[in-house]
Parts: sequence; structure tokens; C-alpha cells
Amino acid sequence: MGADIAISVQNVVKAFGQGAAAVRALDDVSVDIRKGEFFTLLGPSGCGKTTLLRLIAGFEMPTGGVILLDGADITNLPPNKRPVNTVFQSYALFPHLTVAQNVAFGLQMLGQPAAKVKARTDEMLALVKLDTFANRKVSQLSGGQQQRVALARALAPAPKVLLLDEPLSALDLKLRQAMQIELKRLQTETGITFVFVTHDQEEALTMSDRIAVMSNGNIQQVGTAKDIYIHPKNRFVANFIGESNFLTGEAADGALKLATGETIRVVGLKAGGKITVVVRPEQLRLGAENDGDLKAKVRTLVYFGTDTHCYLSLSDGTEIVARLQSPASGEAGLAEGQLVGIRFADSSVQVVED
Amino acid sequence: MARSGFSVSRLPGFATIAVLAFLALYLPILTLVVFSFNSEVTMGNWGEFSLVWYQKAWANAEVKDATLRSLTIASLAAVMSTVLATMAALGTTRRAAFKGQTLIYVMINQPLMVPEIVTAVALMIVFGMIRTLTGIHGLGYLILAHAAFCIPFAYLPIRARLEGMDLTLETAAADLYASPWMTFRRVTLPLLMPGIIAGAMLAFVVSLDDVVITEFVKSAGQDTLPTYMLGQLRRQMTPEINAISTGLLLITVLMLTAFFLLTRKND
Repeated sequence: MGADIAISVQNVVKAFGQGAAAVRALDDVSVDIRKGEFFTLLGPSGCGKTTLLRLIAGFEMPTGGVILLDGADITNLPPNKRPVNTVFQSYALFPHLTVAQNVAFGLQMLGQPAAKVKARTDEMLALVKLDTFANRKVSQLSGGQQQRVALARALAPAPKVLLLDEPLSALDLKLRQAMQIELKRLQTETGITFVFVTHDQEEALTMSDRIAVMSNGNIQQVGTAKDIYIHPKNRFVANFIGESNFLTGEAADGALKLATGETIRVVGLKAGGKITVVVRPEQLRLGAENDGDLKAKVRTLVYFGTDTHCYLSLSDGTEIVARLQSPASGEAGLAEGQLVGIRFADSSVQVVED
Repeated sequence: MARSGFSVSRLPGFATIAVLAFLALYLPILTLVVFSFNSEVTMGNWGEFSLVWYQKAWANAEVKDATLRSLTIASLAAVMSTVLATMAALGTTRRAAFKGQTLIYVMINQPLMVPEIVTAVALMIVFGMIRTLTGIHGLGYLILAHAAFCIPFAYLPIRARLEGMDLTLETAAADLYASPWMTFRRVTLPLLMPGIIAGAMLAFVVSLDDVVITEFVKSAGQDTLPTYMLGQLRRQMTPEINAISTGLLLITVLMLTAFFLLTRKND
């Protein structure tokens, strides 16, 4: 166990229900979260990301496995004994307390002297730019302000790890984008390890140092945003993060043979068996009919402003989408029904597990 | 769409029925209040507006004695039943679902289900046995009996409030290093307070008004205001009863108004 690991989740299983009716929300999950990193658990609803967060917080106890915090076993500690704080999706601010009393709550429960509590509360309110709101009731604040109170309250006791459960999902788009930057700033300024749960891939890509993509109670892949986008490990990850084209065929030495009879160069590929490759829509290049690896017919063109989505079909009917940067004139120089050639750059073709 | 166009108030006879129902509810009470200000002894004729019956009631030592006893019993019974009801409400909402939950719920509300006269007779017998065995007399029996039948009236608003409370708030308190006891004291209890006060007020009013159980359980010289009034029926009725009733009505209306204000403000 390296000294730079904040949270180590080892073979954690969480089952809800009894016997045959039991549902495994987490199925043998292991992951190490490093000190000071912005770590995101990303996945669709029901993938187990929130359950994992609640296990780290201590709101649920695992059915099996171990959770370490700074190397110490916290698996069976109640939440009030864990130096970990949570920002809840619903914020869960105490409605009978003022903004300052909310922020001071954790410090008071830790038994800190009043003067210290006051100083730290003021510091936290300044950090989230709410110093002038200290004596307001939380019900008098807007959604974005409540969000910042929740952050200040959770950061005030200087937790070893801050857990964030889809904290931005209740905010409108503009505010959400502003809060993304704000969160990243807070994380950098405080140096606290953030574990962030979201189903929004854009949120995950823009804020995280590393991302764990989850589905069906398992972690599918852990890596930086670039890692995961450029080298998705399997079909689920490729599909969940960004748009993907999947092509399936027979593996030959250095190439993939499609059902159309055409081949695509895949560097380092060894012959044998059926495989799937993924190509991102923005990596495709379209040219003249005979100038490419695959022949395709343009079915539909959709103009999106910055780019144009070109829906193509291969000769065997396989559908592919290409995303072309719109030129200044706005015309992609293509017409529906036109035959084109698709070219792949070597590095754009990635073999994935199914 | 058809539904939003439907309104009960457009049914034929709606206004008539509503007015008749309200008259049936409030005309007798209005009559009682009006005649409490009548200077004449008999209900048959109206003399002039007068506060003489209020003065008589106020000066009546028996009324004073019964009122004081009623207020003592109601206050103590309200406190006891509210404490128990709060514990019962926490016990039935702040834990995982368990087998027989509905049965427990029904059992807590026993006084609403079992005919009051049955409870009254049962209590009379049991308390009678205890009195003989221990030789202990006093107001305690009445207070205990009242506390018991007040529990569901205190329990229901408290439970409703607990069920409406966001459980995440208690989770958040635990996350912020509050022990289970501190979570209760600093988060659950303050948020529950309007429900507790409402429950206590309801219990107080219900106790203040009780005749049946009190009549069976009380010993000689332990009349409450309602049983005193019942006793007066055997003699000649004077508007003094009207005056006392109006006083009781005033207390109840004040308490219930407070109850509604409390439960409305923080829903």
C-alpha cells in the first residue's frame, strides 16, 4: 500500500435484500484513490456509484471487503467517526439553522472551541464567497448559494476526503458550468481529495484527474479523461463516454477484415477470431469514393453549428457517423446520397472488448 | 381536462346543504353562548345582556376547584403522553421496517379503537384493586388514565411530522461528526418541535374535555370541570353552565387555533 493512497477499496461487495432476491449493487469492487486527486465515479443510474460513495461515507456497511482510509481500516466505523465529509445531492442543509450555523455544525460536533469555530466558519464562508450571507436562513438562498453552503459545511472540518454525490444535478446549465470551475478551484486551493459521483460524462471529463467508469456494480475502467476517451477498454466505456462507431470483423495480421470484404489497418493486430474496433466520429476523414479504406453512402447530413454530423452506411448496411468540422461557408461539400470514401488514421482505430 | 372543469360547488343544492350543515354544527353552540349572557334564570325568556353568570361561576368555589383540577390533570397528562408519543413515533419511523409494524401502529392507537366506556370500566376495576392493595389515593390515577388515552392524539401529529422530515438531514448530521444522541438533540428534536407542540396541545384539549373515563376513575371530591357540569344537571340548570361551557370553548378554540398555525407554518 503506497503512502500516497487516500482511499483503498478492496474487494467490496454490497448486496441489498436477502437470499435469492438479493441484488448485488457492488460486485467485488477494488480501486485506489490517490491523495489530493479529483476522482470521479461515472456511470448510468443503478451502476453502483452512489452505493460506493455511501460505503466510503459510512452510511451503508459493505456485505464483504475492506475500505482503508490512509491505510487504516474504516470498514465498520460509523459515519460520525470517519474524517470524511459529504456534499449531498439534495444539499441536506439544516433548515432550522442559519448559513453560519450550518457551516459551524461539524466543527462544534468535533468539540472545537467557540473562537476557533467562528474563525474557521468565516474563513469557509469567504472561500465560497458567501461572507455577507452568514446570518441568513438557508431557505432564503438560491439553489446555487445553497450548494456553496453545502460545500463550505463539508469542507469546514478539513476532511481527509470530500465526497460529492451528484451535487450539480439540481442546477441549471449556466450555474452548473460555473460550479464546475468553482469546484475545481476549491479542490486545488484546499488540496483535499475529492470523490465525485456523476452520470454526466462532460462533468467527469472536464473536472477529474482520474475517472472510474462503472456499470452493473463493477468498475469497467479507471484512467484519466484522455486515457478513457482515447483508449476505451470495452464497448460499454466507449459507448458511455463520447460517441462511438463500432466495427466488427475478422482479425488478420495488422488489419481487420469486415463483412463488406474491405479491410482497415490496425497496427499490431494478430490474426485470429472475431474482434470489435471503435472509431470516434470526429476521427473519420471523408474523401472521394475511391480514395479511402471503406466505401460508404451519405444518408443524412445534420448541421450542428460547430460541426456537421454525417450519417453514412457501408455497403453491407452498417451505419457509421462522422463528425466533420463545419467550414466557414457552412457547407460541408457533401450531398445526401453521394458515395464517399472513409479514411482512418492508424491511431484512431482502437480494439475493444465486447 | 374534463376533470379540471368539474366542480362540486356547481351541483344543485350545494349551497343549501352546506348552509344547513353549518347551521346544525354551530347554531346550538351559538345558542349556548348567547344565553350565557342572559340575565334571566330560565332559557325561556331573554331579560337583558349581563355578565352575572360569569361572575357567579368565577365566584363559585366548586367551579374554581374543578377548573384547577382539570388544568392540572390536562397539563400533566399532556406532558406525559407527549413524551411517550414522541418516543413511540421515533420508534416506529426511525428504524428499518419490521414485521408486525401495522399491528404495533394499531396498538399504539388503542384508545381510538376500543370503546371509551370499556376502557373506563376496565380502569375503574384495575385502579380500584390497586387502591385497595396499596392504600394509595390521590389524583395520580386520573392523570395516568388521561395520559393513556391522550397518547394517540399526541402521537399522530408527531408521527406525521417525522414522516415528512428528510432523513438525509440526520445522515448529514452523522456525516458531520454528530453522535446519534447529538443528531437527535441538534437536528431531529428542533425540527420535530412544531409536531411535538401540536401533539401536546391536542392531548391537552382532549384531556380537558373528557367525561366518560374521568367519571369512572375519579374518587369522591375529584370532580373535573366536565364531571362537575354533568353533576349540575341533576339540579336546576342555570346559565352558569352556559358561562362555564363558553369559557371551556374559548380555551379549546385558542388551543386549536395555535395547533393549526403551528402545523401549517412548517409543513
